[in-house]
Amino acid sequence: MANNSSHSATQPRGPKPKRTFSRRNIMLYGTLIVVSLYYLLPLWVMLVTSLKGMPEIRLGNVFSPPVEVTFEPWVKAWSEACTGLNCEGLSRGFWNSIQILIPSVVLSIAVASVNGYALSNWKFKGSDTFFAILIIGAFIPYQIMIYPIVILLREVGLYGSLWGLILVHTVFGMPILTLLFRNYFTSVPEELFKAARVDGAGFWGIYFRIMLPMALPIFVVAIILQVTGIWNDFLFGVIYTKPDLYPMTVQLNNIVNSVQGVKEYNVNMAATLLTGLVPLVIYFISGKLFVRGIAAGAVKG
Amino acid sequence: MQAQTQPSISIRDLKLSFGSVQVLQDLNLDIAAGEFLVLLGSSGCGKSTLLNCIAGLLDITDGQIFINGQNVTWAEPSERGIGMVFQSYALYPQMSVEGNLAFGLKNAKVPKAEIAQRIARTAEILQIEPLLKRKPAALSGGQRQRVAIGRALVRDVDVFLFDEPLSNLDAKLRVELRVEIKRLHQKLANTMIYVTHDQVEAMTLADRIAIMKGGQIMQLDSPAVIYNRPANKYVADFIGSPSMNFFAGHLDEQLQFSSDGMDFSVKGYDFAQAPQAGEVWLGIRPEHIQSGEAAQNCPIQFEACIDLVEPMGSDTQVWSTANGQNFRFRMDGQADVKAGDQVSIGFEPARLSLFERVSELRL
Repeated sequence: MANNSSHSATQPRGPKPKRTFSRRNIMLYGTLIVVSLYYLLPLWVMLVTSLKGMPEIRLGNVFSPPVEVTFEPWVKAWSEACTGLNCEGLSRGFWNSIQILIPSVVLSIAVASVNGYALSNWKFKGSDTFFAILIIGAFIPYQIMIYPIVILLREVGLYGSLWGLILVHTVFGMPILTLLFRNYFTSVPEELFKAARVDGAGFWGIYFRIMLPMALPIFVVAIILQVTGIWNDFLFGVIYTKPDLYPMTVQLNNIVNSVQGVKEYNVNMAATLLTGLVPLVIYFISGKLFVRGIAAGAVKG
Repeated sequence: MQAQTQPSISIRDLKLSFGSVQVLQDLNLDIAAGEFLVLLGSSGCGKSTLLNCIAGLLDITDGQIFINGQNVTWAEPSERGIGMVFQSYALYPQMSVEGNLAFGLKNAKVPKAEIAQRIARTAEILQIEPLLKRKPAALSGGQRQRVAIGRALVRDVDVFLFDEPLSNLDAKLRVELRVEIKRLHQKLANTMIYVTHDQVEAMTLADRIAIMKGGQIMQLDSPAVIYNRPANKYVADFIGSPSMNFFAGHLDEQLQFSSDGMDFSVKGYDFAQAPQAGEVWLGIRPEHIQSGEAAQNCPIQFEACIDLVEPMGSDTQVWSTANGQNFRFRMDGQADVKAGDQVSIGFEPARLSLFERVSELRL
C-alpha cells in the first residue's frame, strides 16, 4: 500500500520550515539594512574624521578610515578649544551640563511621580480639571513662553543662574511625565491601594513603600526621557544662563561656529561626538529597560 | 444576663448614592459578636459596596456605623478595628510574605518583638511557615489567599471582612479553602462578614445570610430558614440549584390551587398569616419532588414525561413535563431513566412556598 508514505517528504508534519531567503525576509531585512546605513553613515564619517590629522582630511576621502590614527583632536576639543573668551574646551560645558541635568531630572521626576500618584489614586475635587489644564499646557509651543519666563525669572532673581534653568526644565517636563506616571499608576490594581489603607498607610506611606517600588520600570523610562531631553537642549541653555554657565550643547555650537581661519574639522567632529556621548551611552546601557518599561506600563500583571 | 448582647457591628439608616444613583437605601443591620454573616446577591446588588462602607473605604451619604459600640462613621479604615481580605488577594508585590504580614503592624508602630510573635502565631494557624521568605509572585493562588487572610489575622482585630475571597480560585481549591475558613471561624470566634455571589459558600459558611438586591436586604435569616421559608420570590429563586419550580395560578378560599392543567389542595401548608384567596406563585424545590414509588405516598401527584436527563453522578437532574407544565426534579444518581420515559412525581404541601403574585411576598 504505497499511497502517501512515499510522499512523506511533502506531507506537512511537525514545525513549519522557515525559508531564510523568502521575499518577505529580503524586503524586511533589506529595508532595515538600508535605513541603518542611512543613519549610521554620518556617524561613521564623524568618527573617522575625528581620528585623522588635518592634512589627511584635506585629501578629501570622507569615508575612508584614517591612515594615521590620532587622538589629538579629542584632547583639543576637551580641554583646549576656544569658545569666546576662554580656551578651556568642552570640559567646562560638560560639568555645567551635569550640574543642570542631575537636579532637573531628580526634581522633575519626583514632582511628576507624586502628581501622577495623586491624580490616579486620590480623587479630589477638580482633579480632572487640573489634569486637563496640565495636558493642554503641553500643547502650547514653548517658544511662545520664552520671553514671559525671562521676565518671571528676572523678577524672582534667578535669571542667569543654574537654578533658574533647572526650574525651567522641571516645569516643562511636568505635562509629559505626569501623564506617564498617572497612566502607569491607574493600571495598578485598586485593591492593592485599599489593602494599604486598611493597613494604616497614609498618602506618603503608600507612595514610598508600595507605589515607588512597583514603578521602577516607569522611573527608568522617565529618566531616559528627561536625560536625553535636557542634555540635548540648546534653546533654554543659551537663553537662561550666562556664558560661564553654558551647557555642553551651547559650547559645542560656539566651538563649531566661531572659529576664524582654518576650520578644524577633526576637532569639531570630536567635540560633537563628546557632546552626544552621554545620551548614547545611557541608551546602550538601559535600552532593554526602556523597552521593558514601556511594555510594563501597557500590560499590568 | 450580661450585656454581651451588644452587637459587634451596628449599621443604622445607611444611605449611599453616587450622584443621582442610590446604591444603598436605608440599610439597617445588626451583627452579633462572633457571628458569621454572609452578604449574598448577584452582581450590582450593593454587597461589595456595603462591605467597603463598613471598612471605611467609601464615604457614605447618610447614616451611622458602629463597631464594638464605637461610632466609626468618620474613622479611617485602619482605626476601625477591622481586617480585610480581597478577591484579588492584593498582596504587596515587592515585599516578602513576612513583609506583607508586618506592613500593617509597622504602620501601627507595634514593637518588633511583638510583630515577630504575631507573625509566627498567624503563620502557624494558616500553615504558611515555609512561605515566609517568598515573594507573592512565587506563590500559588491558594497560598496567596492564605497570606491575604494572614495579613488580616495579624492585626488582632475583632472583625474580619471578606470580599469574595474565593472567586479567583479553581473549583477544587475553593472547596478546600472554604472549609479552612469555616474552621478558622470556629477556632477564633471573631465576627466575620463575607461577601459572595456563590450560594454554596453562603449556605455552608454562614450563621446568617443577608440576601441583597438593588441595595436593599431581601431577607436576613439563618441558612435553614432561607432555604425552607424564603420570604419572597426573589430569595426563593436565588437559593437552590437547580432553582425552584414556579407556577402561576389562583388560590381560593378552600385552599385549592388551580393553574393551567393543575388543580390540587394545599391544605397542610404553613401560612404565615390567615390564608387569603388571590393570584399566587406556587414554588416547589426540585429536591422536594419525590419520584417513582415514593411519589405514591404524596398527597399531590402527577404523571410526568421526561424531556431531558442530566446525570451528575451523585444525583440525576430530570427535566420533565406534567399536565402541560415544566417540572424539574432530582432522582438518585443510579436511576436509569432517559428522555421519553413516564414517571410518577409528587410532593407534600408542607414543602411548598406560596407567594402573592404582585408583591411576591410569602403567604
